Amino acid sequence: MTTVRAYINARIINPKTGEDFTGTLVTEGEAISALGPDVTAPSGAEVIDCQGHVLAPGLIDMRVFVGEPGAEHQETIETATLAAAVGGVTTMIVMPTTDPPVDEVSILEMIARRARKINRTRVEVMGAITKNFEGKAMAEIGLMQDAGAVAFTDGDEVIRNARVLRRALSYADHLGALLVTHAEDPDLGGPGLVNEGEMATRLGLPASPVMAEVMGVNRDLSLIELTGARCHIAQLSTAAALDRIADAKSRGLPVSCGVSAAHLSLNEVDIGEYRTFFRMVPPLRSEDDRRALVEGIANGTIDVVVSNHCPRDQEEKRQPFEEAATGAVGLETLLPILLELVHKGEADLPTVLRAVTSRPAELLGLEEGRMEVGAPADLVLIDLNSPWVLDADKLHSKSKNTPFDGRRLQGRTIRTIVRGRTVFAL
Amino acid sequence: MSAPGPIPELRLPQEHLLGIQGLSPADISTILDLSDHYVELNRQADKKTATLRGRTQINLFFEPSTRTQSSFELAGKRLGADVVNMSVKSSSIKKGETLLDTAMTLNAMHPDLLVVRHGSSGAVNLLAQKVNCSVINAGDGRHEHPTQALLDALTIRRRKGRIEGLKVAICGDVAHSRVARSNILLLNTMGAEVRVVAPPTLTPPGIERMGVTVHHNMKDGLKDVDIVMMLRLQLERMQGAFIPSTREFYHMFGLDYDKLSVAQPDALIMHPGPMNRGVEIDSAVADDIHRSAILEQVEMGVAVRMAVLDLLTRNLSDAETAGVA
Repeated sequence: MTTVRAYINARIINPKTGEDFTGTLVTEGEAISALGPDVTAPSGAEVIDCQGHVLAPGLIDMRVFVGEPGAEHQETIETATLAAAVGGVTTMIVMPTTDPPVDEVSILEMIARRARKINRTRVEVMGAITKNFEGKAMAEIGLMQDAGAVAFTDGDEVIRNARVLRRALSYADHLGALLVTHAEDPDLGGPGLVNEGEMATRLGLPASPVMAEVMGVNRDLSLIELTGARCHIAQLSTAAALDRIADAKSRGLPVSCGVSAAHLSLNEVDIGEYRTFFRMVPPLRSEDDRRALVEGIANGTIDVVVSNHCPRDQEEKRQPFEEAATGAVGLETLLPILLELVHKGEADLPTVLRAVTSRPAELLGLEEGRMEVGAPADLVLIDLNSPWVLDADKLHSKSKNTPFDGRRLQGRTIRTIVRGRTVFAL
Repeated sequence: MSAPGPIPELRLPQEHLLGIQGLSPADISTILDLSDHYVELNRQADKKTATLRGRTQINLFFEPSTRTQSSFELAGKRLGADVVNMSVKSSSIKKGETLLDTAMTLNAMHPDLLVVRHGSSGAVNLLAQKVNCSVINAGDGRHEHPTQALLDALTIRRRKGRIEGLKVAICGDVAHSRVARSNILLLNTMGAEVRVVAPPTLTPPGIERMGVTVHHNMKDGLKDVDIVMMLRLQLERMQGAFIPSTREFYHMFGLDYDKLSVAQPDALIMHPGPMNRGVEIDSAVADDIHRSAILEQVEMGVAVRMAVLDLLTRNLSDAETAGVA
């Protein structure tokens, strides 16, 4: 017998349509069976009183690095799904840059098997575009897609050879597969550099100019135009690159793009005295860039927001800045940082939720992320207003490398539901 | 010669000397005033004092250095400290022990002063957070080299009687230079007018925001200056196309009498060493006893480092007394 649950007194938000009403949502088994302002709890249903809190589709995080297989001391699928549940992320898409890499079916299946066994939040996998991310030979995109890969990426690696990327785009497109690129000129820029300018000069750190990202975006846009293939540019960090994307979209190119929550919230000045938790790919840029990215979310030029969750242990981070590992954990701060934008009046709630629910679902062809009858019952209940202070030591992620330690936040996940079942409740 | 007077009762508020950034004009004057005292001491036959008797100073050098390391060593020894030199090849660091492991190991030996040079910007700041002794930055990556800027300031002040209002040109490989950054900060703090002269490829972006005017031509940049600071062309830090050749660099940016002719007639020539003769500076200019202060800089280096070691240790004494009470 399927379990029926009724979420009453909920402020239900449908990010896709912008609908925002108070009412009841009913789940039957693993799917949503009814929702509306006048819907009442069916008799015999388990009733959950939402007390006026926001009920939205669970978050879909398109960029999560997990250490399994290969770096289980930093993060396992087990700990990552725990962090995801606490963060209201019901589906995370894990990156193929594991060791061994997800450039063929067996590792992909191993990850899927682990996720099924843990049975907490959903885990989807992106496969590699090229074998071992070398940018030379194409990985088995078709076989991996059949095995469940939702998209393909070489992570932070740039496919330098335009001919290889061109072929991969054409090939993936005929399968309906989405490629996700890191757009940056690898000679002018490169991983781990800071934003070029006064800050980098004062700190004496090697730097990447804004134009390195623009050149990467321009190159990828040219290849999208050449092939007509869909392509998603994983993360933008600059206003100038955002302009190029807006222009390409206005010309009808099938391009989409993302940004990390950190880049919507932080800028290069936060690096301060060589704080390595702020060393990320792409680098944190100027405050003007940050504002432009927020505006890009508000006006829809940027499609998705990702956590760019990148767990690193202390040994890798307690190094001189240039030698420290890049990346920051983000699964548990994705939602609160987006709510910060809402509270500051920089974007409205349905808009920011769209970028972490329905929009990534559309791009990846997922059933989740919708607030409608028949959709998977993947939900997040959000207390918009309760203030709290982030304590890095209390993160559920195995690695604690957050740039938001000590941050005063407003609003958090109070319940996470996956397949109709509560996987986290505060 | 008569003995120098009693050591002035000067104090620095800082626990460490990590950079010129964060030093006030008063702090800098304090260090220079005490350095003057040590210059006199160093010119005597008996150069030894007991100021740091019982103290342990470790010179931890992750990059090879001859003059800076021996300058710090002499400074510590003349003040009566026990000085240990540790040269760590960066390759052995990469093999296992991290920078912080090394630092913690040394820290467990209870040094009072740790003098550190490292190839990565910010490495000394990181280290200072993890040890409980006074840390002196002897050069970190392209970030800062504070004692070099202080000894340059001492040289200038003794030669010119002041720093404020002087026109100073810092020339050459600014991009890779920690000496340039520390000098820009110090000279601006003390009210000098600072220019940098370098090809665009060796001019770090945004440097004008540090309060300098940028020139790409030596004769424009050197016009009417009181001080010409040449920098060493750091070929070992250059990967990729910065300049076509050292010959071309010398032609355009090397200091010779012709380029020097537009500066003030009594303009002082400085260089942090070691020099690439015939690359950034003409040999005759470098050796010109009327114009060049290069050897004087080396002499001032020992005095400045004695002053810094002395001042930082005065704060240590306080901390320990407080701990006992």
